Amino acid sequence: MKTYENTGSKDTRSGFGAGLTELGKTNPNVVALCADLTGSLKMDEFKANHPERFFQVGIAEANMIGLAAGMTIGGKIPFTGTFANFSTGRVYDQIRQSVAYSGKNVKICASHAGITLGEDGATHQILEDLGLMKMLPGMTVINTCDFNQTKAATKAIAAHNGPVYLRFGRPKVANFTPENQTFEIGKAVHLQEGTDVSIIATGHLVWEALEAAKRLHEKGITTDVINIHTIKPLDEAAIINSAKKTGCIVTAEEHNFLGGLGESVARTLAQHHPTPQEFVATQDTFGESGTPAELMEKYGLNAKSIVEKAEKVIARK
Amino acid sequence: MSSTQQLQDFVTQVRRDILRQVHAVNSGHPGGSLGCAEFFSVLFQEVLNASTDFDMDGKEEDLFFLSNGHISPVYYSVLARSGYFPVQELNTFRKLDSRLQGHPTTHEGLPGVRIASGSLGQGMSVAIGAALTKKLNGDQHLVYSLHGDGELQEGQNWEAIMYAGSHGVDNLIATVDYNKKQIDGATDDVLPLGSLRKKFEAFDWDVIDVKEGNNLEAIRNAFKEAKAKTGNKKPIVILMHTEMGNGVDFMMNTHAWHGKAPNDEQLESALAQNPETLGDY
Ligand SMILES: Cc1ncc(C[n+]2csc(CCOP(=O)(O)OP(=O)(O)O)c2C)c(N)n1
Ligand SMILES: [Mg+2]
Repeated sequence: MKTYENTGSKDTRSGFGAGLTELGKTNPNVVALCADLTGSLKMDEFKANHPERFFQVGIAEANMIGLAAGMTIGGKIPFTGTFANFSTGRVYDQIRQSVAYSGKNVKICASHAGITLGEDGATHQILEDLGLMKMLPGMTVINTCDFNQTKAATKAIAAHNGPVYLRFGRPKVANFTPENQTFEIGKAVHLQEGTDVSIIATGHLVWEALEAAKRLHEKGITTDVINIHTIKPLDEAAIINSAKKTGCIVTAEEHNFLGGLGESVARTLAQHHPTPQEFVATQDTFGESGTPAELMEKYGLNAKSIVEKAEKVIARK
Repeated sequence: MSSTQQLQDFVTQVRRDILRQVHAVNSGHPGGSLGCAEFFSVLFQEVLNASTDFDMDGKEEDLFFLSNGHISPVYYSVLARSGYFPVQELNTFRKLDSRLQGHPTTHEGLPGVRIASGSLGQGMSVAIGAALTKKLNGDQHLVYSLHGDGELQEGQNWEAIMYAGSHGVDNLIATVDYNKKQIDGATDDVLPLGSLRKKFEAFDWDVIDVKEGNNLEAIRNAFKEAKAKTGNKKPIVILMHTEMGNGVDFMMNTHAWHGKAPNDEQLESALAQNPETLGDY
């Protein structure tokens, strides 16, 4: 079993900030827009370094998406920054028509995704954004798992031509992927090799999946752990190969089980290699106020619940 | 409530409640809450003609909608101390399984709340909708609402403002918490609002300016004036000039306390400036 070391917990949004700062220096076409959440999105450094390429739009997300779409015309690469809820649900039709349908090179960067936003509560905790974004034709959808991966993804999406939704979060989580990794859009990362069960995880649930694999190992169960950072386009081959090897799957995500990674995996398997699957995800509910850890426990989004679902799905083989 | 001293005591206790709520969970929004303590106290203690025996439909009573939901601490304190729910419940603010969510919600059934808010810019439309229903029902009571000034940057407000002005929704008294601050700084630096008076007037609203939005007498007078203007084919807006963080010296003249809780030491200093009047929860 491979061991992964937490090199110091950090928030994924800071990975975004660090990536954007680097991009500011290396790519003069990168521009950034923010809707009154500069500090929360960790865009301060980019703003300080390149005031002429930073656009404070005020609390007006719909306008921000439209401005970004317009700025692509003439060659800029706009990165918009606000919370995940206001990056998606709030501006869905602006994204649909002016960005996705129009094929514009806008990078929609969304922090405070999911339930780990914590105390602010359900109005701010979107658990539907992956579904909303993956349904848009041509949209690339990425949900990163730690600081290093988020930083690498931020840089990679600037080099990719087309609309992207990049989802990350607020809490400090284990930082364990390589510091100077190359981020390949659409390519799954194989974290553990095993033959009894596959855990396919995205975002904050990836570290929990590794933790679950350790606990399963102690029970004599070997686990294939795959990090799907790109929900769309999905690395179908990686999923099918793992399913063939283990014969059962647990998907894990900080999202509603309707519309998320789990459903994309289920569709892939139904089509190519029908396999028993269990879902670690929220069960069609809104979130609520609480600390991130309390909420992950209450809504069954942690290593403990991955282990339970793994044992359940193994029994279904 | 009649005497100004009594109401002032109420306001001071509300300020304590705000500070203690956000301190207990190290999160939440004291700045805007403190700045609106007088507004909420006058509204719920003297102006609203509403039953604390809460009914969602609110027929034959005045309604209030909070659009800038992040200032929930002041809303919760005033609702509790006006009798909508036990004051002790303020202890549960932002905690797991609470009815006092970070932003107000109907989902958990908190008495006094008729719509979720938190995602900014939606409350004006809802308040206008409720005002239209009052008219359809032949209900003479009024609809009140509160909005942040930064919040007015959201375009939906202006769709709503245009609708209400052009349809003469004259049973609505909207108030703007005109503190000239928002998360990233002064509204003038983030996205200047220009003349709100001229903007509302251009949309056919009646505009009332309250220069001292943290003065009880000034707010009382503004509500009197506003009520007198209802029924004249125009919606009414009160531009209430407040001080974010009002009542706590180190929280004033800055946007820094928009969404930050005081630490133990800061709490002590803030509470010393607002001595207990009606009893802490
Ligand atoms: C649609 C939306 N965008 C962004 C936010 C994040 N946010 C919460 S409060 C706030 C600033 C609000 O400014 P203002 O209305 O002036 O309130 P104040 O800071 O004065 O309390 C922002 C940007 C939000 N809650 N909703
Ligand atoms: Mg303000």
